[in-house]
Amino acid sequence: MDAINQPLLDVRDLSVAFHHAGGTSVAVDRISFEIRRGECVALVGESGSGKSVSALSVLKLLPYPSASHPTGNIRFKGEDLLGMSEREIRGVRGNDISIIFQEPMTSLNPLHTIESQIGEILQLHGGVRGTAARQRILELLTQVGIRDPETRLASYPHQLSGGQRQRVMIAMALANEPDLLIADEPTTALDVTVQAQILKLLADIRARLGMSLLFITHDLGIVRRIADRVCVMQGGKIVENGPVEQVFTAPQHAYTRELLAAEPKPDPAPPRPESPEVISTDNLKVWFPIRRGLLRKTVGHIKAVDGVTLKVRKGETLGVVGESGSGKTTLGLALLRLISSDGPIVFLSKNIQGLSFKDVRPFRRDMQIVFQDPFGALSPRMSVGEIVAEGLSVHQRALSADEREGRVIKALKDVGLDPETRFRYPHEFSGGQRQRISIARAVVLEPSFIVLDEPTSALDMVFQAQMVDLLRDLQRKRDLTYMFISHDLRVVASLASHLIVMRHGKVVEEGPASDLFKNPTSDYTRALFAAAFRNEAAPGGPAAQ
Amino acid sequence: MAIISPEPVETTAVSPLGEAVPPARHPLGLSPLNRRRWQNFKSNRRGYWSLWIFLILFVISLFAELIANDRPFLIKFDGHLYFPAFVTYPETAFGGDFETAADYRDPYVQKLIADKGGTIVWPLIRYSYDTHNLDLPTPAPSKPTWLLTEKECKDVVQRKHLTGCRDLEYNWLGTDDQGRDVVARLIYGFRISVLFGLCLTIVSSIIGVAAGGVQGYFGGWVDLGFQRFIEVWTAIPSLYLLLILSSVLVPGFFVLLGILLLFSWVSLVGLVRAEFLRGRNFEYITAARALGVSNATIMFRHLLPNAMVATMTFLPFIVSSSVMTLTALDFLGFGLPPGSPSLGELLSQGKANVQAPWLGFTGFFAVAIMLSLLIFIGEGVRDAFDPRKTFR
Repeated sequence: MDAINQPLLDVRDLSVAFHHAGGTSVAVDRISFEIRRGECVALVGESGSGKSVSALSVLKLLPYPSASHPTGNIRFKGEDLLGMSEREIRGVRGNDISIIFQEPMTSLNPLHTIESQIGEILQLHGGVRGTAARQRILELLTQVGIRDPETRLASYPHQLSGGQRQRVMIAMALANEPDLLIADEPTTALDVTVQAQILKLLADIRARLGMSLLFITHDLGIVRRIADRVCVMQGGKIVENGPVEQVFTAPQHAYTRELLAAEPKPDPAPPRPESPEVISTDNLKVWFPIRRGLLRKTVGHIKAVDGVTLKVRKGETLGVVGESGSGKTTLGLALLRLISSDGPIVFLSKNIQGLSFKDVRPFRRDMQIVFQDPFGALSPRMSVGEIVAEGLSVHQRALSADEREGRVIKALKDVGLDPETRFRYPHEFSGGQRQRISIARAVVLEPSFIVLDEPTSALDMVFQAQMVDLLRDLQRKRDLTYMFISHDLRVVASLASHLIVMRHGKVVEEGPASDLFKNPTSDYTRALFAAAFRNEAAPGGPAAQ
Repeated sequence: MAIISPEPVETTAVSPLGEAVPPARHPLGLSPLNRRRWQNFKSNRRGYWSLWIFLILFVISLFAELIANDRPFLIKFDGHLYFPAFVTYPETAFGGDFETAADYRDPYVQKLIADKGGTIVWPLIRYSYDTHNLDLPTPAPSKPTWLLTEKECKDVVQRKHLTGCRDLEYNWLGTDDQGRDVVARLIYGFRISVLFGLCLTIVSSIIGVAAGGVQGYFGGWVDLGFQRFIEVWTAIPSLYLLLILSSVLVPGFFVLLGILLLFSWVSLVGLVRAEFLRGRNFEYITAARALGVSNATIMFRHLLPNAMVATMTFLPFIVSSSVMTLTALDFLGFGLPPGSPSLGELLSQGKANVQAPWLGFTGFFAVAIMLSLLIFIGEGVRDAFDPRKTFR
């Protein structure tokens, strides 16, 4: 094979096994793929399918010796990476092959400035320092689209936004003009508008530098936009491998078809202007004071929620969308009186603002909340049955043990879980199952109003669609009222009858969902929609950087 | 999926929705996590063996009355059974002259019982911690019996019509300066030290966990006020205050416990407070609040288990430091009332009687072995609870 046709990276029969006290488990099972020069290959699959582990083994970044490779080899420009010593592989890392991670907050060292972090890489691999290094850093920062790079040199990571941090990470990865860039879910932690910008940046840079890209994601929309070829992974195996167009138009494997069909079906609850109001608020404010000085004088406020007026009618779903930090979650917590706020909250035609914790308790039966993180929302030391029954023990003390158990079984059945699961503990379940347990905990009390705080965003695509179906079923069966908080507009579009777009604690736009999706009036909403539905970055729009 | 778990057991357990895959758990068994911790603890051989040795010593010392006592634990006399170790009988019960409690070491009482054909079942060592050996061959502190020369024992041997040193009643580790058997005092002293350490640890943990929990959970002004109070409180030089207090109050087991408690409860507060501060923002805590669960229940049911890991890790070290404090006070003479068996008092006797090295050596080895065992156990527990530690 001559050097031109030889693939840049050639992975053959790669397996990864982890050894632990209970034995050995195989995370990656004999996968093979190759990346040519200038090509972008995407690894797609749900969490736990082994895509990150595969990518990390390219740079030997796994926790050896508890991880090992029973079979396979990885050839980069003809050289075997797995056979290299730690010293040799260090020469490849960050030089020929770079990697960017999902979480820009934890990938940058909080104690060093941007300049010293990028400078370190230049110095390590190229021996560049002083003025030359500074010039190169400025060049890199300009390349990744950081505005005013001179003023940013002395910044620390916490002074940058999430998108800017990811740009700095990309600049660091590009510092030595690698031949291959591995991007491990680089946009998952970012807002949709920022995500679109980062994707555009990566595509631009790839075209300009002729670099190859190994892109790991669970989002098929991104794959379609950025990749040339795609490998679909399931349970540690590559089940389908081919050019993007072919895989998307004529998927061969059943799992690929399932993934592609996993879009939530748009079938929102209809607006019901005649039904009674369940909850309403007028000019609700949640301000956190900023205190300074010896006497802790209040010098200003962080206005998390700043004058929001809303009402939700019975049987409707109010969708609340916005980027992170826009005050969506705070609004939900304030409505349920879980944090203090200012302004009337009328729930079932009674003002619950200002009532003590004890006095609110009777109302809690009717208002419930489901959280985003299925791992954090369940107490790890209680069995599923105890978790679901906890609310009953507060609100319906009169129930006998048998009646209570009956209610728990019914709630678990309603959310599609086997009632036998009530003897198990949360860690034994997958994310989707845990989220069902959280919903069971909420519906067991037969509430009329449920705040759903990003209930789908921590789940894989297949589970997201199932979760949306479940929520819709429950709503129809029990005539529930939802407030659905999410940054994922596709999910919101499939459930919401009304929509509120929030930014910096204020409502930017509101109205019936069907109208708003068709004709957004504000620039911000338009930018948000463009990013969410088409992965497009609005040029210079208000959401940029 | 940026996290690479060292144990991919959980990540691979993704299953189709609505199905319960994992195997059922035995209702009485330890949770898998605790079983893993127990395995980890066992794999630390030193800690594991220390735990067993310590437990055996402790359990033995709990039955000190049946091992070292100047009263037999069973007497069969005149067709009746007597349990002098637990019940006090007057001498008249055995046909003696006095209404006072029988002294079973007295040859006269022994003879009374033997004359009526009664049998006496003695403990292994016929001295209690406060029994004075009246037949000492040398002035107290007297050597271990097996070190005595025939010349030294001659007087006693003749007086008691015996044949030689070997027939004397043994003091395996000699006697102290009041002619009391060192082994008996050691057994009782070990028991009181460990019991004191355990009591102090349990009570101060309960207070410390409660105080730390309240501070961490409520935060704000409660936390601020409490923290400042603790800062002032810990700035008091506690040893001097302990000395002053124990010279004013009549020292006893519970008085000492109370005095030491004044300062020892602080040790866990910071730890538990941090755990509660961290835990109160977990989503399942917010979820519990959204269900209307009361603060006390949330703290007990949801937050306390989190703090227990940190607390458990610290417990063996707190036990050993409590034992050490008690020993130090006893050594200085401000501890348990005079006459009580105590390791500290044994050490101070060793210091005052350098010519009797068995006192100092016994005290030193007893304290050193006990504290080492506790520290080894503590290390084992600490490693077992460390989720990042890998064992092979």
